[in-house]
Amino acid sequence: MALKYESHVRGPLVEGAKDYHQVTEDIVRPIETNPSRLWWMGFIISVALLLFGVYSIYRDVTYGIGQWNLNKTIGWGWDITNFVWWVGIGHAGTLISAILLLFRQGWRTGVNRAAEAMTIFAVICAGQFPIWHMGRVWMAPFVMPYPNTRGPLWVNFNSPLLWDVFAISTYFTVSLLFWYSGLLPDFATVRDRAKLKWRKFTYGLLSFGWTGSTKHWQRHESLSLVLAGLSTPLVLSVHTIVSFDFATSVIPGWHTTIFPPYFVAGAIFSGFAMVQTLLLIVRKVLKLEDYITIEHIEVMNKVIVLTGSIVGIAYLTELFISWYGRNPYEIYAFNENRLNIFSPYGWSYWLMMACNVISPQIFWFRKLRRNIVVTFFMSIIVNVGMWFERFVIIVTSIYRDYLPSSWSTYYTPTIWEIGFYLGTFGLFFTCFFLFAKFFPVIAIAEIKHILKRSGDNYKQHWVEAEKESLEKFYHDTHQDHH
Amino acid sequence: MAVKKFVVGCFDEEGVLFDAVKKVRKAGYKLHDVYTPFPVHGLDGAMGLRDTSLHTAGFIYGITGTTVALSSITWILTSDWPLNIGGKPHFALPAWIPITFELTVLFAAVGMVLTFCYLCQLAPFVKKHHFHERATDDLFVMVIECGDEAEITNFLKNIGASDVNTQVAETGWWFGRYDKEEKAIEYKNETVLHN
Repeated sequence: MALKYESHVRGPLVEGAKDYHQVTEDIVRPIETNPSRLWWMGFIISVALLLFGVYSIYRDVTYGIGQWNLNKTIGWGWDITNFVWWVGIGHAGTLISAILLLFRQGWRTGVNRAAEAMTIFAVICAGQFPIWHMGRVWMAPFVMPYPNTRGPLWVNFNSPLLWDVFAISTYFTVSLLFWYSGLLPDFATVRDRAKLKWRKFTYGLLSFGWTGSTKHWQRHESLSLVLAGLSTPLVLSVHTIVSFDFATSVIPGWHTTIFPPYFVAGAIFSGFAMVQTLLLIVRKVLKLEDYITIEHIEVMNKVIVLTGSIVGIAYLTELFISWYGRNPYEIYAFNENRLNIFSPYGWSYWLMMACNVISPQIFWFRKLRRNIVVTFFMSIIVNVGMWFERFVIIVTSIYRDYLPSSWSTYYTPTIWEIGFYLGTFGLFFTCFFLFAKFFPVIAIAEIKHILKRSGDNYKQHWVEAEKESLEKFYHDTHQDHH
Repeated sequence: MAVKKFVVGCFDEEGVLFDAVKKVRKAGYKLHDVYTPFPVHGLDGAMGLRDTSLHTAGFIYGITGTTVALSSITWILTSDWPLNIGGKPHFALPAWIPITFELTVLFAAVGMVLTFCYLCQLAPFVKKHHFHERATDDLFVMVIECGDEAEITNFLKNIGASDVNTQVAETGWWFGRYDKEEKAIEYKNETVLHN
């Protein structure tokens, strides 16, 4: 048995004495039972938000995006802020499922399914913003390069905005394939247990006729590994390319080479915060505390404090470089538009600093990392901070550009611009509630795979065996000296 | 596809299964397949399956993507519709790297998943014979092509199978629905192997 090595320093990843059948029972239970009152409440609120968003978009299309209160100077307001924010959130899922798979991190198995689902829904939400920002949305297909009767007129392959189209659609497709290929065996598990006709039919359809043949598993493993290998540079490329939307321009505050790594770190930071928010709710509502343990939460909090600090260093580096570069426009953008708390949008810079750099530092303390209330609170704070990061980057850079006569400080979003944002929350949570009800929220097969190594009732045995073999090793080598 | 008779042995522990697979192969019985609820590492090797070359296919799809991206962008921006962008060269390779990379990944991923589904014959409405319902839950199901039924049954019991039975099944797949009891396609000259 090629069981994966796992340090005995790491606590058990599956708590309670479980066997394979119990794992299936626990994870499939929410699918086979009626949803709780809490689920219905959340679902109805989400759908209501979604409908409000749909109405806001209807108004955008009817009256034009002028109703967002954008003006000639501030052409990118909440809309692009929200786009970058959602794309950033969409980064944690693939990081957990791909990069941690390559790094052989066993703890990813408890959280990868939900995190990948979150990624997919977040990218769907993100995609809405640039699409509806087009105003004449029926022109949207023109961003795709295809032979056409307009010349033929092609898209500009040298433009970062087009790179974005390719990056995000590729990211969405690959994440979806990765997620779905992992779901096949688990759908088969649900199908084979199903008593109800519709459930047998639906999950039979979804599982593509999966049998669990060894040859299929062998190919499945190879597929997962290669998809992980492909997704790893992909996930880094996506936010890099999003940052190019800004970095390749000549706007002071955007024109910096540090943007790609800084954006990627920020994306992982906010993505993990969103994973925490969702999983803390999921483990409670679906009673999955044995699978999403305090151990998992602690590890993710470590990632949050690490990436939060990287983001902090990036902020400080930007300030240093603006001073060191002696470009008067850049110095003005950083010192006056951002650092000066009394400037029109200075408050947002300091709010961002407080939420993203200072507050995550509490996670240096083990006690706070393992505290659920603190973690939940912090996960919200981090996402508020990360939203303001994008707001700071976009608005504080463009509201005072090179021409003082076109400076603008009167930008406040209208209810319809806010409504669009709330609508994507509705879309995101509607999708997530449906996912939590109808999909196996935790990768059943993967949990079974690590059960005998990381399960509570097995781990102890392994730790003892390890100690024993150490003693034996010491004993044997000791005798050699005689 | 041929309808055959199989002896099916169920194992509770993957540890027992490994030894059992080795013993079955040593004894010279024809191992049809082993169905497991999760990937058991090393089982493919123990069964004598050759390594999959799916990753090679992935590589080929990947370089196809690279080639398609580079050649079509080159053709579009240098010969079909050259755009003068700030007097910069038409052949602007560095600016094409992001899209080339994305298409490489896209082609490799989509191609591999389709190949995977094709090789394993996975698609909606594809139905296969399932030797045991709990093979996707907690049982490791070993299926041996039937020779001497009684002998194999005894052999499987001796090497640790908790439950042994005999089934007649079609080895391939057919279009069907999992909520309906549908028979596999029946062939006129179906051959059930006796001994």
